[in-house]
Amino acid sequence: MFLRLALSTLVLQETDASDSKVLTCAAVWRMPKELEPGSHESPDDSSSPAHTLELLCHLDDTAHGSVACVVWEPTGDGRRVISLADSHILLWDLQESSSQAVLAGSASLEGKGQLKFTAGRWSPHHTCTQVATANDTTIRGWDTRSMSQIYCIENAHGQLVRDLDFNPNKQYYLASCGDDCKVKFWDTRNVTEPVKTLEEHSHWVWSVRYNHSHDQLVLTGSSDSRVILSNMVSISSEPFGHLVDDDDLSDQEERRPEEKSQEPPQDSVIATYEEHEDSVYAVDWSSADPWLFASLSYDGRLVINRVPRALKYHILL
Amino acid sequence: MNFTNRTGLCSQHPDTIRKMKNDFRKMEDEMDRLATNMAVITDFSARISATLQDRHERITKLAGVHALLRKLQFLFELPSRLTKCVELGAYGQAVRYQGRARAVLQQYQHLPSFRAIQDDCQVITARLAQQLRQRFREGGSGAPEQAECVELLLALGEPAEELCEEFLAHARGRLEAELRSLEAELGPSPPAPDVLEFTDRGGSGFVGGLCQVASAYQELFAAQGPAGAEKLAAFARELGGRYFALVERRLAQEQGGGDNSLLVRALDRFHRRLRAPGALLAAAGLAEAATEIVERVARERLGHHLQGLRSAFLGCLTDVRQALAAPRLAGKEGPGLAELLANVASSILSHIKASLAAVHLFTAKEVSFSNKPYFRGEFCSQGVREGLIVGFIRSMCQTAQSFCDSPGEKGGATPPALLLLLSRLCLDYETATISYILTLTDEQFLVQDQSPVTPVSTLCAEARETARRLLTHYVKVQGLVISQMLRKSVETRDWLSTLEPRNVRAVMKRVVEDTTAIDVQVGLLYEEGVRKAQSSDSSKRTFSVYSSSRQQGRYAPSYTPSAPMDTNLLSNIQKLFSERIDVFSPVEFNKVSVLTGIIKISLKTLLECVRLRTFGRFGLQQVQVDCHFLQLYLWRFVADEELVHLLLDEVVASAALRCPDPVPMEPSVVEVICERG
Repeated sequence: MFLRLALSTLVLQETDASDSKVLTCAAVWRMPKELEPGSHESPDDSSSPAHTLELLCHLDDTAHGSVACVVWEPTGDGRRVISLADSHILLWDLQESSSQAVLAGSASLEGKGQLKFTAGRWSPHHTCTQVATANDTTIRGWDTRSMSQIYCIENAHGQLVRDLDFNPNKQYYLASCGDDCKVKFWDTRNVTEPVKTLEEHSHWVWSVRYNHSHDQLVLTGSSDSRVILSNMVSISSEPFGHLVDDDDLSDQEERRPEEKSQEPPQDSVIATYEEHEDSVYAVDWSSADPWLFASLSYDGRLVINRVPRALKYHILL
Repeated sequence: MNFTNRTGLCSQHPDTIRKMKNDFRKMEDEMDRLATNMAVITDFSARISATLQDRHERITKLAGVHALLRKLQFLFELPSRLTKCVELGAYGQAVRYQGRARAVLQQYQHLPSFRAIQDDCQVITARLAQQLRQRFREGGSGAPEQAECVELLLALGEPAEELCEEFLAHARGRLEAELRSLEAELGPSPPAPDVLEFTDRGGSGFVGGLCQVASAYQELFAAQGPAGAEKLAAFARELGGRYFALVERRLAQEQGGGDNSLLVRALDRFHRRLRAPGALLAAAGLAEAATEIVERVARERLGHHLQGLRSAFLGCLTDVRQALAAPRLAGKEGPGLAELLANVASSILSHIKASLAAVHLFTAKEVSFSNKPYFRGEFCSQGVREGLIVGFIRSMCQTAQSFCDSPGEKGGATPPALLLLLSRLCLDYETATISYILTLTDEQFLVQDQSPVTPVSTLCAEARETARRLLTHYVKVQGLVISQMLRKSVETRDWLSTLEPRNVRAVMKRVVEDTTAIDVQVGLLYEEGVRKAQSSDSSKRTFSVYSSSRQQGRYAPSYTPSAPMDTNLLSNIQKLFSERIDVFSPVEFNKVSVLTGIIKISLKTLLECVRLRTFGRFGLQQVQVDCHFLQLYLWRFVADEELVHLLLDEVVASAALRCPDPVPMEPSVVEVICERG
């Protein structure tokens, strides 16, 4: 019962326009049981009725303003959620089978002007105690245990930072993308300079995502209607490709000298996907198949693509 | 007498013949008598010789004894004579006497009397030698006298090596005095004379002295062979080295401006002087060292000129920035961009020409080193063409490109007009100026060696690339300025509670004003470019209901949730057939392309910002009015006005999708408001 809950709940945002005021709220919903894996109903049966989502609880934060972003805790029992509202970070604890959300901690941005969070991401490392947020051109890292700032990357991008993502295999690495059309990779231990900068897009980059298992594959979507899949080998967890296992040493001894003499593969753009006709606002990897990814554009088009087979075998072998 | 004709003669002149006969008989008699007389005389002569023979022998003997006695007298008197000569200072004579007597004394030294004489002579000779040496050491008596001393000493049999050493040591003293006086001139306290005087003095004083020493030495010690020559060479090398060090120090002091004439003349004198001793002292390598010094100085001057050109360029840029930033006085228009560009271009060109002229002096025909292989070849190709001209053009491109990479993308400190000016400058360089400059250089400096030179096409490609980057950056910067305006205008306004729109928003007017100003600015430097002819074919218009370019809505706006989806579907289909707008397509070198780029960026920003807000009914209508206004004024700046239509239609369509209560304004009302505003 518990397990199903963790798999089937997800978080949505909705806008609630009333009294000529726009407020973005957050709530926890339960996915319909019929769509869970293991069910026998085929999903594309056109006669099945439209499934409705069951509202579990609101993340009630009218005190704090519009919610910009909501993120689950990556591992654990799925009880903790962070929402970014205006200039506040709110840590929620879902209790009583997620029917009630209790505010467990909060922090806010101090400073001049109207500071507003634009994006956030929960780091899967450090036993899930770190969260990174973006406000305007600054990226900040927070510790959820004390709700205090750990690091701050000033002027990460020339203009607004749109999205962040953590490298799933390397602890301190973070990717960010923004309206200066660039994607930058950071080492949070040394925030003065990005480790790498990509400038492949010609307009604002709205979304950047690492592949969950092979972190050299990075996906970016931009309002120039393109999705670009890049191979960032030099800063991945396997910069020299697949290393020889000790078991296979005896078989591959004669092959070793020529492998070592090869140059480490260079960073490159693997492919540019131009199936979209309008701005691409979101890209993500499938959690079931590490080689599948999807992208969503303004005109409602969802395109699902695969990593090219040659590269897939190159990475695997 | 022709005896063949005798019979003829006899018959014709018988008397003559008889007379001849008689004469002949007489002659015969006389001949006989003569012969007898001769015999008698011979006889007498022999008798006399025999008589005198004895006397003759005795007289010869006496004469011989007399000569011997005279020699002995000479020998006995030798010491006193030598002394007298030494006292009188007639060293030459003394040495001659000594020379004559030496062999004899040597031979008969076993005889005690001769022995005594020899000892005396030796003492005196030693004194003589000492005095000669003294005279030699005192110096000051001029080189010919010194040479005489040395000659005499050599004749006296003094060891030649010692004499060589002493001679050289003496010469060294004099030359070192010269060097010291030269060094004193380098000091800070007395005002340094100009470099020409310095090399003159050095040339005549030191080098002349060295010449004299060398020729005297070679004359005197020619018999010493290679060992002696080696000593001279070592001597010359060492002193020559010190002289060169001083000369280099002095030349290094020559900061100099753009004018090389004095320096070249000084170098010429310096080099010329050292050609004479170079022939004499070939082994010492003085001439090569001198040439090397001249080459070094030439290289330094080239570097100096390159620095000068670079700083001149930076100075021009600073002037331009000041002119751009200067507050405009009322009624007085500041210098236009075209004028500033012309100033910069002509200033740089004149600097380049001046540098070329200054450097050309090094290769003038009158100059003694201009035909050395370095100056004929490497100096012209690597030094001037590659190092100075190509190096300067490349550094110009790099400086210009550095404006593109300035940190802080929010405007930064670079005025956009400067970017525009630099891009036009680089473009002009690519089209005309680079080839002109290089042709000029090649004419003045005929390249005679095979070292690789950068072809004109490479440089032109680099300049074009720089121009392109600058222009692209300009488009980005200006696009960003307008985008920020639009973004703020959308983000900060409360779109839900807007009142019914009565006029166009001020920010839109500002956008149009700014775009017009940019158009004017770019038009000052770039050509118009090609615009697609305006087509009145209405079938090309998009299907969006909210398109302000349509005269009447084809689809009755029904406001059930499904209706927007239908029109959206249709507009999507329409989009499939229209070209996707590439926001950052490469910018061409004309005004229309630049403006198109800027407007594309701005409108795309507006689009994205609109998609993030929620609009009330009147908010949507305000957006409609604003977009129609923009369309009325922006179409004339872009290459293809369809682009503007498409983008603005998309803006309005997106706003409509974000509106829960979409009620578009009547197109006629929209037009009225726009005309009013």
